[in-house]
Amino acid sequence: MVTRPLGLSSSIRSLASGICLGLILCSGCGLSTPSTKAKKPKPVVVPFQPPIAKEPGAFDAQSVQQDSILIYNATLLTADDARPQIEGGWIRINNGLIEALGSGRAPKIMKGERRFDAKHGFLTPGLVDTHSHLGVYPSPHVWAHSDGNEMTNPITAGIRAEEAFWPQDPGIERAVAGGVTTIQILPGSGNLMGGRGAVLKLHPSRESRAMRFPGAADALKMACGENPKRVYGKGRRAMPMSRMGSLFLMRKTWIAARRYKLAWDTWRKNPEKMVSGVLMPVKPPKRDLNLETLAMVLEGKINVHVHCYRADEMLLQLKLAKEFGYKIKSFHHAVEAYKIRDVLAREGVSVSTWADWWGVKIEAYDAIEQNLALLTESGAIAVLHTDSEEGIQRMNQEAAKAYWAGVHSGVQLSEHDALKWITYNPAVALGVAEKVGSLVIGKHGDIVVWDRHPFSVYAKPQLVLIDGLIRFNSTEKRIPWSDFEVGQ
Amino acid sequence: MTLLMALTIALVGGEIHTMDGAPMTQGTILIKNGQILAVGQDLVIPADADVVQLDGAIVTPGLIDAWTQLGLVEISGVDASNDTRSGLGDLSAFHRVVDSFNADSSLIPIQRVHGVTTVLVAPSGGLVSGAAAVFDLGGPVPISPDVGLVVGLGGQRDGSRGSRFWRLRALFEEALNYGKNKMLFERNQYRNLFASRLNLEAVLPVAQGKKRLFVRVNRRADIRAVVDWAVLNQIKLVLVGAREAWLEAARIAEAGASVILDPTANAPSNFDSIQSRADAAKLLLDAGVPVAISTFSAHNVRKLRQWAGNAVRVGLTQRQALEAITRRPSEILGLDGHGLLRKGAVANFVVWSGDPLEFESTVKAVYIRGVHQTKLHRQRVLFERYRKLNPSSSHNGSEDAQP
Repeated sequence: MVTRPLGLSSSIRSLASGICLGLILCSGCGLSTPSTKAKKPKPVVVPFQPPIAKEPGAFDAQSVQQDSILIYNATLLTADDARPQIEGGWIRINNGLIEALGSGRAPKIMKGERRFDAKHGFLTPGLVDTHSHLGVYPSPHVWAHSDGNEMTNPITAGIRAEEAFWPQDPGIERAVAGGVTTIQILPGSGNLMGGRGAVLKLHPSRESRAMRFPGAADALKMACGENPKRVYGKGRRAMPMSRMGSLFLMRKTWIAARRYKLAWDTWRKNPEKMVSGVLMPVKPPKRDLNLETLAMVLEGKINVHVHCYRADEMLLQLKLAKEFGYKIKSFHHAVEAYKIRDVLAREGVSVSTWADWWGVKIEAYDAIEQNLALLTESGAIAVLHTDSEEGIQRMNQEAAKAYWAGVHSGVQLSEHDALKWITYNPAVALGVAEKVGSLVIGKHGDIVVWDRHPFSVYAKPQLVLIDGLIRFNSTEKRIPWSDFEVGQ
Repeated sequence: MTLLMALTIALVGGEIHTMDGAPMTQGTILIKNGQILAVGQDLVIPADADVVQLDGAIVTPGLIDAWTQLGLVEISGVDASNDTRSGLGDLSAFHRVVDSFNADSSLIPIQRVHGVTTVLVAPSGGLVSGAAAVFDLGGPVPISPDVGLVVGLGGQRDGSRGSRFWRLRALFEEALNYGKNKMLFERNQYRNLFASRLNLEAVLPVAQGKKRLFVRVNRRADIRAVVDWAVLNQIKLVLVGAREAWLEAARIAEAGASVILDPTANAPSNFDSIQSRADAAKLLLDAGVPVAISTFSAHNVRKLRQWAGNAVRVGLTQRQALEAITRRPSEILGLDGHGLLRKGAVANFVVWSGDPLEFESTVKAVYIRGVHQTKLHRQRVLFERYRKLNPSSSHNGSEDAQP
């Protein structure tokens, strides 16, 4: 597995180098003798963030000595359109990746290989949740650990859920025991632009950075509807008090982001200028952490995830995105998505929603049990998310419930479609479908072995592998991951 | 309605889970006037009976959720549609949910189509929240307008749990004193009491052990304290939530108390629930404690069968899990003729296409007091309305069905 700094593509590197230069110039040291030749100074690369998984103690699947593991005697539910189901199947994980899979007699054991008899159970890809607050709203629920909403300003695009994430949340281990291997952690929806989310692999870890999904882009969490207007308008008589105010502020911020990006683009093109025949460095624009995140959205380097319940508001958000030239990757909650499923299918925007959660707010009053099914039938990318430490422990059940709700109402869809709601489709929504989300050779060794079909209410994971490492084994005595649960 | 109820209905050829013995195949249920006339395998069907063929479908008693806010909440976030709290202070024993209950709530048919026929409706908030009631989900008349008093113990934002428990004990003591000295009190010849007359009146039958006391409590230490107090004072105790109750299972069993719990609550959610575990229901049952499974919900009471399925997942038998959403809650709440199918019982039952706890199974029919319930509800109407998209039409779809 390759671990590398996230999103440090060339333009970011140059942006970063600009910042470095800027700091040097501003502090009045360095480059005191301007070059007399028109030769570019070699850029010094200083990334925004330190590299991932290179610090002491950080998890790096590559660095873990892994035995190959062979699981056999299982029905493989692959979530792969090319071959959705393999009866009497086996799969081999080597070096953290799926090396081979097939049906019939399991291949000969390799030297040092571990074998696992699935005993006619079912095997699926590790489950993926696009919407989790594990770690940022951890258990126990105490104010001192509630770090998911920076509700001091409706625009806090530059803050990062990753930097509030408490890796000792007892909910993490419980999610893994339910078959979840990848999650996106997000800031809450109190703000219009609440901050950056991150995609994590659920390895036990001492810090969030070591859990980051290598190469996965960050998210920008946006929110429309009731929450921001309640927090600011109702709570503080501040903007936004209405949906008008929300859209106004979003638009105003995107305008600023566009100008910010332009300023940096201009500077990047000409970081130096000739002054009296001498090439002098130009002072770069002032760095703004909110606008920097939004500029990365405009450059397509950060995925936009919008908390939005109502159909009309989703349509508004689509218009706003077109106006400023960014793409929305997923609408979250979206209980009214079925009303505009034609548009969502056409625009290729995924929908992350529940099976049946509803009604707590008036914007969640028009939920129906067939939302995921109807979206699927219309060709939209349907994703089952949890937004819940309870729900994340039974994503398979939630998918089963929504599947049967659709089937019993005559909606056209298959079990394979429904399995994709919790595997392949969320991987698409997070931009990591080339690496996880289906049982395909070369993808991460994220595997769940179930004792029976995962759409049964009685089904339990027997074995959960993440990057080829056994992270849950039902036959082993449980040793809590979280220090919080020790010695109580 | 009356005409319909006067008819005898015979449901024939079902796999009947009476919860009163072993399930019977090829069974018949006879109902009249909202009651079960007979359940059996070789019943004589009256000539004038309306016969319904069950074709081997599974029949269970109507499901009972022993702790909900149904009929009190339409939209939690809309204050004026949320009537769970009295709003009249920490001591609200006089608060009765029956005065707020909305039988026309759009939530009710949405839960009913998933087999839930009967619910306890609980107030919340404060030390003493008020009186809970029990309703069948087929009309506005409660089965029990005052099934017991609801109180909440445990960790608080301000003040100690100990002072809270002391206040409860003092309230009960005062209620008993008030009961013994009512005449003096009325003549203004009795010492001042810290609780109002309305509170004392409501607490008195509970303190006398005539009515149930529901205690929302989670920490083992609090559970131990409240169980011992209840035993000493002969209070009819039901523990609600009770995350750490499994640690005191023997004590609870010996005290004759029962437990209403959520089988999915398995995390240390707060410092009252450190020892939460998913298999608590099994541990309690094994010790002989009556256990009812609840969703603790309003909008999602329909998850009740899924919740029971999850209890099976961690150790209950299917039979135990079904009992925990039918017969046990009926017993715990003291309902007469609910939760099982036998002669003289209330004709609340559900016809299922398969295992009631599995997602694949559908509810084919719900009967409440002998009346076949409609399958229509607001979400169903919305689904039909948007089954085919028609963006140019004023309302997007076909003619609406009437809920």
